[in-house]
Amino acid sequence: MRLRLRGIEKSFGATRALGGVDLEAPAGEVLALIGENGAGKSTLMKVISGAHTPDAGTMEIDGRPFAPRSPRESSDAGVAMIYQELTLAPHLTAEENLVLGREPARLGFVSRGRRRELALAALEMVNHPHLPLDVPVRELSVAQQQLVEIARACASGARVVILDEPTSSLGRHDVENLFKVIARLAAQGVALIYISHFLEECRTVAKRYLVLRDGKSVGAGELAQIDDAGIIRLMVGREVTELYPRIPRRLGETVLQTDGLTGARGKPHRVSFSVRRGEIFGFAGLIGAGRTEILRNVFGLDAAAEGVVNVEGKKLLLGAPVRSLAAGLGLLSENRKTEGLLLNRDLADNLTLSRLGALARGGFVSRSKQLASARAIMQRLDVRAKTPTQPVGTLSGGNQQKIAFGRLLHQEADIFLLDEPTRGIDVGAKAVLYRQVLEAAQAGHAVVMVSSYLPELLGMCDTIGVMCRGELVAMRPRDQWDEHSLLSAALGQDTPEEINR
Amino acid sequence: MAAPTEPKISFMKRYPLLGPLFGFIFVLLLFQAMVYSRNGTTFLTPDTLGLILIQTVIVATGALGMTVIIVAGGIDLSAGSVVAFSGVTAAVLLRDGHSSMVALLGALAVGALVGLVNGFIIARFDLMPFIVTLGMMSTARGLAQKVGDNQTVNYSFGTTEGINGLMNNPTTIYDAAVEHFKNIDVNGVAQKVLSHDHDVPHWLFNLCSHFMRADPDQHGALFVPLWLPNYGVLIMLALTIIMSVVLNRSVYGRHIFALGSNEDTARLCGLRTFWLKVSVYVLGGLFMGLAGVFNLARLRQGDVTAGTGMELDIITAVVIGGASLNGGVGSIWGAVIGALTMTALHSGCVQMGWMSYNQLIIIGIVLVLAVGLDKFRSRGLKG
Repeated sequence: MRLRLRGIEKSFGATRALGGVDLEAPAGEVLALIGENGAGKSTLMKVISGAHTPDAGTMEIDGRPFAPRSPRESSDAGVAMIYQELTLAPHLTAEENLVLGREPARLGFVSRGRRRELALAALEMVNHPHLPLDVPVRELSVAQQQLVEIARACASGARVVILDEPTSSLGRHDVENLFKVIARLAAQGVALIYISHFLEECRTVAKRYLVLRDGKSVGAGELAQIDDAGIIRLMVGREVTELYPRIPRRLGETVLQTDGLTGARGKPHRVSFSVRRGEIFGFAGLIGAGRTEILRNVFGLDAAAEGVVNVEGKKLLLGAPVRSLAAGLGLLSENRKTEGLLLNRDLADNLTLSRLGALARGGFVSRSKQLASARAIMQRLDVRAKTPTQPVGTLSGGNQQKIAFGRLLHQEADIFLLDEPTRGIDVGAKAVLYRQVLEAAQAGHAVVMVSSYLPELLGMCDTIGVMCRGELVAMRPRDQWDEHSLLSAALGQDTPEEINR
Repeated sequence: MAAPTEPKISFMKRYPLLGPLFGFIFVLLLFQAMVYSRNGTTFLTPDTLGLILIQTVIVATGALGMTVIIVAGGIDLSAGSVVAFSGVTAAVLLRDGHSSMVALLGALAVGALVGLVNGFIIARFDLMPFIVTLGMMSTARGLAQKVGDNQTVNYSFGTTEGINGLMNNPTTIYDAAVEHFKNIDVNGVAQKVLSHDHDVPHWLFNLCSHFMRADPDQHGALFVPLWLPNYGVLIMLALTIIMSVVLNRSVYGRHIFALGSNEDTARLCGLRTFWLKVSVYVLGGLFMGLAGVFNLARLRQGDVTAGTGMELDIITAVVIGGASLNGGVGSIWGAVIGALTMTALHSGCVQMGWMSYNQLIIIGIVLVLAVGLDKFRSRGLKG
C-alpha cells in the first residue's frame, strides 16, 4: 500500500473537522475521494500535505511512518498537491516553474542546458513534450498551466499525487487530456487521489472510492460495485436536528423577481425566479455553481450582463448597490472577513454603516444614538461582546456573523439576501440566526438564502432552487425535496426523480 | 460552542493619543538632556516651544489632508511637489499684481485639481495610490518649475516694503503684528517696539511668519515666537478641530473610515466608493495647497524646489499619530502631534549643531520605527 491513513482526527477549537478517517491509496491506482461541501475533504488533504498536524491517528507511505510537520516535509516524502488555485509563479516561464526550487546550478549560476533537459523530462512524464517553455506561464491557458503544475509535481519524484477539483476550470477537451495524463501517471506507479463533486468524472478516472461525511470515512470500495444513488446515500444520511423552529407564516405578494438574469461571465446563466413576502427561498448547489453570483447580481455588487430584476414590480438598476439598498435589499456576504465586516472598526460602526444617515443630523453622526442602536441590536441577537466600541475582529466567528447580520436589521432591509449565513459558526449562533430569519419572514419580509448545508435549506425554506454549472436546473416547493434529490440535482444528475423514487 | 472573546482594552488603547503624546514629550526631553549636556543651555524654553509650534504649521496642515487620505486606505506621495506647485502658482499670481485672496484661491485650486487627477485615476482605473501619486510627485514638480519658469519667483507689494525689506528688517512684521493686536502686551516689550513706524504688511505674510524683535541688550536679532497672533497657527488649530470633528463625527468621515478599513464592505453597505475616493484626494489636495501658501508666506518667494522630501515628514507625522498605512485607522490630533514631533526632531538637531544629513538619517529611522509600531499595534486582531 502506497499511502495508508488510520483513524485520523483533527479538531479546531471546539469544531471537530475530522473524526476518524481511514484511507488506503495503492500504487498505480486512482482513488476517488467523495464528500459534500464541508465533509472534511480539504482538512484531510491539508493533513496529508503537512499543513495541519493530526490530533490522533497514523499515516504511512510504503509501510514507513509518515508524519509531516510542514508542507516541505510532506513534499520531500513524495506527496504532491495540485490545488484548485494554481500555485505557479505567473511571471516566470514554464521552464523556470518546472525546476523552481531545484534549479541545476554550478557555482550559484543556473545551467541553462541542464535546466532545459530537466524541464523536457518533466513534460515527457505528462506526455506533453511540446508545451511552450519560454513564455511566462500566465500567458498559457489554464489547462496548460495545470499540466505544468502536474509535471512539476511528477518531476520532483512524487509518489502520491492529490488532485483537488482539477476539472473545475477546464473545458471538455482539456478534461479528456487531463484524464489521459492521470492514467499515464497511474501506469507509472504513482498513487493518485482524485477529489471531485462530479460522480461521472470519478467513475471515468478512478477505480476505488472513499466517501467522507462529517469528518468520518463512511464507505469505501470499488466504484463498479455501487450505483450513484448508493454513493449519494453515503454522502448524506444524517439526522436533521431541531434547530429550525416551525413558525407559521403567510405568503404575500411577489416582491422580488428576476427574469433571465445572466452574469458577466455567463454565471449565472438565464436564471429566473420570484420570491413572495413571507417566503424563504433557498438556493442549493455545489460551490462554484453560481449561487453567490445570483445574489451579487441581484444586489448589484457585480453588474449582470443581461436580465431584469424587479423589486415590488419596479425594475431595479443593475450594478448599483446604492439603488438596491434604497429599494430595500440587504446582502449578507458569504465572506465576513474579507467583505462582510470592517474588522478593525468597532461593532457600532459595523452595525450602522449601511444606514448611518438615520443616526445623523446635518451630516454629523450622533455617537450616543449610534451606540444605543448598536446595543439594541446586540441584545436582540445575543452578541457576546463587552462593549459596542470594541473592534469586531476581537469577536468569535459566530458573534462576528451576528454583527454582519445585525447590519441588515439596522438597515431595516425589506428583502434579505443571505449568502451562506451560517458558514463556520457554532451551533448557538446558528440557532440565533435561524430564529431571526424566520421572524423576519413572519414579519412579511422576503428572504433569499444560499447554503451548502442541505439540512438547513430543508429546515428553513419554503421553496428551493438548485443550481448546477450556472443554471437553475430545478425549483420546487420544499416538501417535494429531500437531501437525496437535492444532491442529485446539484451533482448534475439528469433524472433526480428516479433517485427520489 | 466558542466562548466569547473578552476584549482586553488597555489604557493606551482607550486613549490612543497618549502614545504620540508620550513620543513627543520623549523627544523633547531627550534633546533637552543632550543639548544641556553638550552646550549647558536649555532646549525647552517657551521660545523654542513656540517656534516649534510655528514651524509645524506647514507639515501639520499637510498632515491633516494626508490623514484623511491614509485613513481612506490611500497615500499621497505628491504632497511635497504640490506644496511647491501651489506656492509657486500663488507667487506668480502675486507677481502679476493679483490680490492675496486671488493668490490663495489659486493655490487651493491647484491643490484640489492635482488631488482630483490623483483621485480620479486611482478610483477609475483601480490603480495603486502609491504608483499614481509617485507619478504625480514628478509631474507636479515639473509643473511648478514650468509655472515658475524654473526660477525663484519674486514679487513685491505697494502697501509694504516688499519682500526684501521684510527679510532685512526683522522688526517689521513684529511691529505690524503689534499694530494689529495693540491690546496684546507681549513679554512687556510690545510698547517699546511700537515706536517704529512701518507699513502694515500684507496679511498673507502673517500666515506663517517668525515674529522677531531686536533685542536692545544683545547684538543682532533674537527670535521671539509670538505664536498667538500668528495666523498660521490659529488657522491650523481651527482646521484641526474642524477636521477632527468631520472625520470622527460626520457621516462622510465615518464613510472614509469604512472605505479604508474594507473597500468591499463599503460597497456592500451601499457607499459611493468611487466618489468617496475622489473626494478624499481632492480634500487632501486642498490641504497640500494651503500648506503651499503657508510655505510661501514663510519663504516670501516662490521657490520651485520648496517642499522637496516634505511628503516624508508629512506621512511620518500621520503614522506617528496612530494611522495605519493599511487604512481604516488614524487620528487628526495624533497627526498634529506627530507633526510637532517631527519639528522638534529638526529643531533639536539644529540646536545640537548637527548637519542636515543627520536629520534625514534620523527621520528615516523614525519613519520605519513608526510603521513598525503600526504593525505591532494592528496585531491582536483576528485576521
